[in-house]
Amino acid sequence: MEMKTTTFKENARTAIADETLQIELDRLSFGFPEKRKKAVDRMPEFEQLREQARDIKNHVLANLDLYLENYEDRVEKHGGQVHWCRDAKAAREQILKICKAADAKTVTKSKSMIGEEIFINDFLAKNGIEPIETDLGEYIIQLRGEPPSHIIAPAIHVSKAQVEDAFRRVHTDLPADRNLEDPAALLQEARGQLRNKFLQADVGLTGANMLVAETGSNVLVTNEGNADLTYALPRVHIVIASIEKIVPTLEDASTILRVLARSATGQDMSVYTTFCTGPKRFEDPDGPEEYHVILLDNGRTDLLGSEFEEILRCIRCSACLNHCPIYKAIGGHAYGWVYPGPMGAVLTPGLIGMEDASDLPNASTLCGKCESVCPMGIPLPKLLRSWRTRHFEAKPTRSLGQITLKFWAWLAKRPKLYHKVNGLIIATLGALGRRKGRIKWIPFASGWTSKRDFPAPMGNTFIQQYHKGARGDTSGRRLREVKK
Amino acid sequence: MNDSRDEILAKIRTSRSGPYVVRNELGTIEDRLKNHPRNVVPARGDGLPEEQITKFKAEAELVNATVTRVSSNIDIPKEIAKYLADNNLPSRIKHAPSLEHLDWSTTLMEVCHGIGEATDEVCVTTAYAGVAETGTIVTYSDQQNPTTLNFLPPVHIAVLNAVDITGSYEDVWTKLRADLGSKDQSVNFIPRTVNMITGPSRTGDIQQTLLLGIHGPQRLHIVIVDEKTP
Repeated sequence: MEMKTTTFKENARTAIADETLQIELDRLSFGFPEKRKKAVDRMPEFEQLREQARDIKNHVLANLDLYLENYEDRVEKHGGQVHWCRDAKAAREQILKICKAADAKTVTKSKSMIGEEIFINDFLAKNGIEPIETDLGEYIIQLRGEPPSHIIAPAIHVSKAQVEDAFRRVHTDLPADRNLEDPAALLQEARGQLRNKFLQADVGLTGANMLVAETGSNVLVTNEGNADLTYALPRVHIVIASIEKIVPTLEDASTILRVLARSATGQDMSVYTTFCTGPKRFEDPDGPEEYHVILLDNGRTDLLGSEFEEILRCIRCSACLNHCPIYKAIGGHAYGWVYPGPMGAVLTPGLIGMEDASDLPNASTLCGKCESVCPMGIPLPKLLRSWRTRHFEAKPTRSLGQITLKFWAWLAKRPKLYHKVNGLIIATLGALGRRKGRIKWIPFASGWTSKRDFPAPMGNTFIQQYHKGARGDTSGRRLREVKK
Repeated sequence: MNDSRDEILAKIRTSRSGPYVVRNELGTIEDRLKNHPRNVVPARGDGLPEEQITKFKAEAELVNATVTRVSSNIDIPKEIAKYLADNNLPSRIKHAPSLEHLDWSTTLMEVCHGIGEATDEVCVTTAYAGVAETGTIVTYSDQQNPTTLNFLPPVHIAVLNAVDITGSYEDVWTKLRADLGSKDQSVNFIPRTVNMITGPSRTGDIQQTLLLGIHGPQRLHIVIVDEKTP
């Protein structure tokens, strides 16, 4: 996937003009938040669960080295292998090595954000191994040659008609005159097409919603059951996960599961929650013969101990996306990299560098909705502000905005001059628009006036009126006395 | 590879002296791993066994599963045959080896057992436990219970003993540790695969419309049995 974070503003403009996208985003604005609210209302202990989920992850981050060692030990005791990878390149190469050793032609894949982060699909394809996305949404966008636009609903930007087009284009083995009007027909077709892929795959590649240190298990959460067919059928199961996915125990995993599905889709529990531990046992009739875990750093250790450490609690539920006015206006692609929405705007600069992602932290109104719905209590607005501050401080050249702010600060520190200048501006603006009560154009402010009129000031400034003593003497004393 | 391991661990250790490190309020890792303390467990799954069964049924039905209850093992094959006939489904079933003890000859169904295969139409498996909180069934892989059988066929019928219905996921972990963890080797109690299943397979990926049965089964039918299987 190409990185497009530097053209954020342009991406956003294109997204706002895209009518199909806007219809689908409208649907999202009503769907997920409403369902989440219903699920939360049905769980009186939700707030306590959130606090504990946060504490669990904080505890893990404080002991991450010890937990990782314990996790690795458990995986190995159960016959699995752990491969530590510093960056995306190392992870890709390790995966390829395992696939080659398994003589793999095809790899089925269940949805993984880490898979996106290391661009594993392109890499495998370039090396002659066919990667097949099996989550329906991921399958649709793979056919369309697109990256996901939402963490848990990757094809949220695609209309039903577009799905139909993609299926007709790719599934050429089926009769051309078949009826795909009904969404259920599309579902049956996808089920049929992917069934054989599941059965033929040599390697199954999954992500991990969590890694359990106590047992050495990886947790997989899906609604479709695609992850289960991905790990259970092929000869080799590869798990790709980043280091902060650790949770201590099965009990801790259970607590996080309770906030995960509710925050994500508004379900009490996702349909399939699976704990995989090592390869198949001696007496097992099915299951993979090899079990590998790719444990990826890729910038996480740089965030540890920094002011952005708290983003490492994120469990990728998407609640912050679903409630963000910016995400709901522009969708996920506009953010330009793997992680969209408020969590992406915090994580992306941390992983790819602030220089390439400096627009993202500004893509927020700081309304605070994201923090209020985050199941892990991540203070997203605070972290967004921290990035803004860092970016401002690191700016090599002075921008127009900075110079203007400096000038304003200089002016504001001189009250007499400030009031004079202010009075002058108000008088001018008032004179310009007094007749209609609005102004159509102001120099240097076309960013505002090109979209909407600016309301004309209706007289003097507040201070001028105050000093005129409209409701008190010039010192304002009477006002205060009357109040008494 | 070992270099990467050491580098990552070293970097984590250095980072812990940073000015922004989060506060740990949960004690030591030794304590947590050894005692695996429970966090808040929602009251929703609490109750007397009969209340938990009612709750389980209600929650499972909310997520599009169907639930029936029979009094003894003899009734299981008959109940399954009836369910398949009522819903106009094929009467060929593949059951998990764990259900071989049942007398399948009392019905006209075609019966076989084994691991899941592409041609399977209806599977019958054993549920290790049920969770009242969310109407979830739990299965795990072993010689008698192949994982693939739970996922490949379009119709999944699960046999669940009433006594195995618990309140919460935590209750299942406790039961699993007690059943499978030998005293000296309790770290290795976990089976290769533990599956929690809450309703039939679903997706919202086409136009955010709920559709059942994309990759996993389209139907999940749970048969609760009052008599404990030996």
